[in-house]
Amino acid sequence: MALPKVVGIETEFGIRGGPDGDPVTSSTLVVTAYARRMAAPIAWDFDDESPGRDARDLVAGPSYAPVIETHLANAVLPNGARFYVDHAHPEYSSPECRTPLQAVLYDQAGENVLRHAMAEANAELPPAQHIGLYKNNSDGKGNSYGCHENYLVRRDVAFRDLVVAMVPHFVSRQVVVGAGKVGAELEHTRAARPAFQLSQRAEFFEEVVGLETTLRRPIINTRDEPHGDPSRFRRLHVIIGDANLSPVATAVKLGATALLLAALEDEGLGAFPSPPREPVAALRSLALDPTLTATIELESGVAWTAWDLQDCLWHLASDYAERTGAPAVAEPDEVAFLLVQWREMLDGVRDDHEAVADRVDWVAKRRIVDGYRARYDLAPTDARLQAIDLQYHDVDPARSLAARVGLRALHASGDIARAVSSPPDSTRAFFRGQCVARYPDDVVAANWDSVVFDLGTGPLHKVPTADPLRGTAALTADLFANAPHARDLLAALEG
Amino acid sequence: MSEQERIQRPKATRSREDVVEVRPEASRADQLKADLDDLLDEIDDVLEENAEEFVRNYIQKGGQ
Repeated sequence: MALPKVVGIETEFGIRGGPDGDPVTSSTLVVTAYARRMAAPIAWDFDDESPGRDARDLVAGPSYAPVIETHLANAVLPNGARFYVDHAHPEYSSPECRTPLQAVLYDQAGENVLRHAMAEANAELPPAQHIGLYKNNSDGKGNSYGCHENYLVRRDVAFRDLVVAMVPHFVSRQVVVGAGKVGAELEHTRAARPAFQLSQRAEFFEEVVGLETTLRRPIINTRDEPHGDPSRFRRLHVIIGDANLSPVATAVKLGATALLLAALEDEGLGAFPSPPREPVAALRSLALDPTLTATIELESGVAWTAWDLQDCLWHLASDYAERTGAPAVAEPDEVAFLLVQWREMLDGVRDDHEAVADRVDWVAKRRIVDGYRARYDLAPTDARLQAIDLQYHDVDPARSLAARVGLRALHASGDIARAVSSPPDSTRAFFRGQCVARYPDDVVAANWDSVVFDLGTGPLHKVPTADPLRGTAALTADLFANAPHARDLLAALEG
Repeated sequence: MSEQERIQRPKATRSREDVVEVRPEASRADQLKADLDDLLDEIDDVLEENAEEFVRNYIQKGGQ
């Protein structure tokens, strides 16, 4: 049986402004300004982090894992998320969610967090130093930062099978969930002089499989850090996605991937399409083709478009859902919704852009870029078009263009606001979030798979949360109701 | 045509001769164009005034 597809999204936000123009300073100001609103900022417990562990048994050649910066600002939020400074960006890592739609809710809660954090930081800065934040993935000058997805996968699925199954999807899904980009920024792509690319991230990928995330980025990342029991769980860490502003696009990005992973776990590789012969070249060349007519050669020898691959994968997912109900992904209604949206977006990008400009980010962005260009008869390289691209992703609602293009909503604003302070109830994020909300003075550190208490006397108490599917409201709500103090909770857990 | 103009157009002055057959796809195209024009007006209002400087100064350190 496929494991429930616990999912999460981590987003590094672009940042500009601040007192000295240093993004580390500005990011720290943003995170600490927000953490001050909470009773006490809570440290991150790094004991169980192992980003250098490789999912493949052997790694050929030197391979550099990202450095963990333990001294930078960090907060664990009452919704179970982590909000911190990663490299030179503020990053929001959503709590573990049980379904794609729930993960969209917590991704949008993250946008709320960033908006509030920015306002708090700017309240103490003169206008000339005000900080701006961008939910995008590149600066247009060759620097990229990620929006990563995480999926719970059975440990006994061979990593090689994951690669074979998922490379076709990760190469082609940009036609539906790409966030779009004006122009090109790396030499190999600039040569093609594209006016517009489907994806923010595509041109930054250089390998098919690898451990790195900041250089020589791979389509499939092998970081083997399950944040749970390593004998049962794998966390597939997907680094190739674009940050989406369209909630439906985020839902389809997560939903399609979760369905395919569940199908792989339950039914194996049989129905999956042949992978591209040259995945990295395919990824890049497909991004350069908004007409969606470019073909790539598959290992089987046939030439397919990205659309053909997505069509094949949609049928695979749809058939799987019909046969099994795909309970690992979500309830039947949600699975049906995800499949319908994926289908409509896929048909729309081929046949009717206007019909999906309210859901497909690259179509929505390209519509205003092309419209603006035509209105003022601008050159494709005009800075105003790049400004539109940047401002599409602006976190500030007064400046955001994504907020103006009519993107279809998935969650009511009141639900999103509530998700800032209350955790998902059906994963261990519930336990973490409740601990942070109820005992802020006693929780000294937290991690995806533990919460650490300091009761003031005696040793620290570390409560492991090695199973992402435990620590739920169903399992712990009574425990919390009967534990007014942290010591009561620990006594109940240890008794 | 703005929303207001559409609403204010007095229906009583229309004669039968004014009624022309409209192909649905043509009216949809007109509507889409009007919507896009409104949106571009709005973008003009909020787009960074000095686009060149804004774009030039947006430099990030690479992340993951």
